[in-house]
Amino acid sequence: MMTVLKVENLAKHYPIKGWGKKQQSVTALKDISFEINEGEIVALVGESGCGKSTLAKVLMKLTPATSGRIELFSEHDYQDEKTPRSTDIQMVFQDPYFSLNPRKKLWELIADPLLIQKKASKEDAKIRALELMERVGLRTNMADRYPHMISGGQRQRIGIARALILEPRVLICDEPISALDVSIQSQIINLLLELRQQFSLTLLFITHDLTVVRYLAEKVIVMYLGEIVEWGDKEALFNNPSHPYTKALLEASPSIFGQKKHSPLTGELPSPVNPPSGCAFHPRCPIAQESCRQKRPLLREGDDKRLIRCDLV
Amino acid sequence: MILSVKNLNVSFPAENGQCLKAISNLSFELKEGETLGMVGESGCGKSLTNLCLMGLWPTQAIIEFDELIILGKKIPRPDPKLWQDIRGSKVSMIFQDPMSALNPTMRVRKQIFEVFRFHRNDINKDQYEDEAIQLLNDVGIPDPQKRLDAYPYELSGGMAQRIMIAMALASKPQLLIADEPTTALDVTIQDQILTVLRELIEKYRMALILVTHDLGVVFQNTENIQIMYAGEIIERGKTKDVIHHPSHPYTDGLLKSLPESQKNQAKLYSIPGVVPDIHDRPPFCQFAPRCPKAQDLCDKEFPIWHKNNFSTAYCHFPMDQDNK
Repeated sequence: MMTVLKVENLAKHYPIKGWGKKQQSVTALKDISFEINEGEIVALVGESGCGKSTLAKVLMKLTPATSGRIELFSEHDYQDEKTPRSTDIQMVFQDPYFSLNPRKKLWELIADPLLIQKKASKEDAKIRALELMERVGLRTNMADRYPHMISGGQRQRIGIARALILEPRVLICDEPISALDVSIQSQIINLLLELRQQFSLTLLFITHDLTVVRYLAEKVIVMYLGEIVEWGDKEALFNNPSHPYTKALLEASPSIFGQKKHSPLTGELPSPVNPPSGCAFHPRCPIAQESCRQKRPLLREGDDKRLIRCDLV
Repeated sequence: MILSVKNLNVSFPAENGQCLKAISNLSFELKEGETLGMVGESGCGKSLTNLCLMGLWPTQAIIEFDELIILGKKIPRPDPKLWQDIRGSKVSMIFQDPMSALNPTMRVRKQIFEVFRFHRNDINKDQYEDEAIQLLNDVGIPDPQKRLDAYPYELSGGMAQRIMIAMALASKPQLLIADEPTTALDVTIQDQILTVLRELIEKYRMALILVTHDLGVVFQNTENIQIMYAGEIIERGKTKDVIHHPSHPYTDGLLKSLPESQKNQAKLYSIPGVVPDIHDRPPFCQFAPRCPKAQDLCDKEFPIWHKNNFSTAYCHFPMDQDNK
């Protein structure tokens, strides 16, 4: 199977204060390595502040990585490109209320990527935009409306259509459904799965909703404080989570079939400005030992071909 | 009986002299110590209902009800002044976003003391500090002495929500209304907060109204449930029964559309259409235009309450539970 996206030792630091030698920075991502094969749906999960969205931005080249490599379709030069490769990789944003320009008509919003990339004339772009509107389940007579005239679910469909008009092969969805109502969420999930077939897409799906992950994903990457703590097949991870954080996350997630009896995780995500020594998770970890405080565990191979960052399990 | 509402109607005046009905003929009761989940999509009127119970409705709203009894006190007319000795003392509320509900210019201490000053005659000023520390301990805040001196911006979302809960409990209420208390928080923090809330409800024997759109959260935290759709209650019963044996087609559709109810990318059910706009609501059954079981009758007559072994649904043609 072809590797579509390969990331090696990716890191991202943001400067916070000072300059020159006194420059302090916060580590948003460190040591991120993973690969995504063609046609896979990979879910990226973790709490807010763990670096999920930063990773998406770095992959999209919306912000440069501090170090590390990104390979798209095994091409090494993607690394050095400054601008996003918008014909190959596209993104659907979380909030359909803020991600659409309120002064543009719906068809213009969808056609924009084509026009910016100079791939079509205005007339052709409009025809393509109308075609896509139909494919994402919008009536074409809405083409001349503005974003404020349509509902949240419809806006998210526009966001998806806009991401797909250049026919990318990889689609990053950053919490595409969390701003929507329950009954609309299922429509958008269905749509994404349908379009994935039609466009043979590879999906990186960022979410904090584990019920969606369980339903949708084939592989799961769990992040905590800027690093990957567990990565593997969904079935393996959900049926037999290894890392204490993955376990806690699964136990904490509410379910209509009831929750297992458990004691909630104590404490909160530590500040990335001043991360804990050793294993980032040790202050909250129920099985932490003295050694966890000192030595940062490496990502190693665990059961069922998964990778895990914990020395104790 | 903690609460009894009969035929609550809320409407808003519109431009052309008409009235837009946001909530119609809403009736329900709450017993002592009962935990009730209110579930619905955004715009279904669940928050508005609770604002009415607190006497905090928007000023332009027109409120009508046949009967409203809160903690044994009969409220004869919708006048916010009549809520003064109930609101914040016997009935408390926790809001969705703790960061915008706390006063950013006041230290936590002052905000909690304020509740004591207005609602707690049983303790004097010297006891405030101890009482406040006790409360913060109750909601699981580490190092409470220090946190009293904090400003809200110094707190994380989870901590701020714990402070909100502490403030709501400071007056020893008999009824707690929690309006999406964990929607703005992460799952692990949500889990912590809900556990604390469950323990405190038990400890102080409060009644709880938990407003949320998350059916999983309701399932774990409430005993009874009522589902709302377009300003009406459409189904009620024991939480377990309603979630596992829904009667109203809307509840059924909502549950079927959860990713949890399907496995491995099998197509999810989705309710066709969208929630009717408040300007253009159907005359009779609100759900009829989207309902798979709707018949001619649904567009001609108001639905009736059907009761089966599991729940009661406001529908002419409820789901057949005997075949399940």
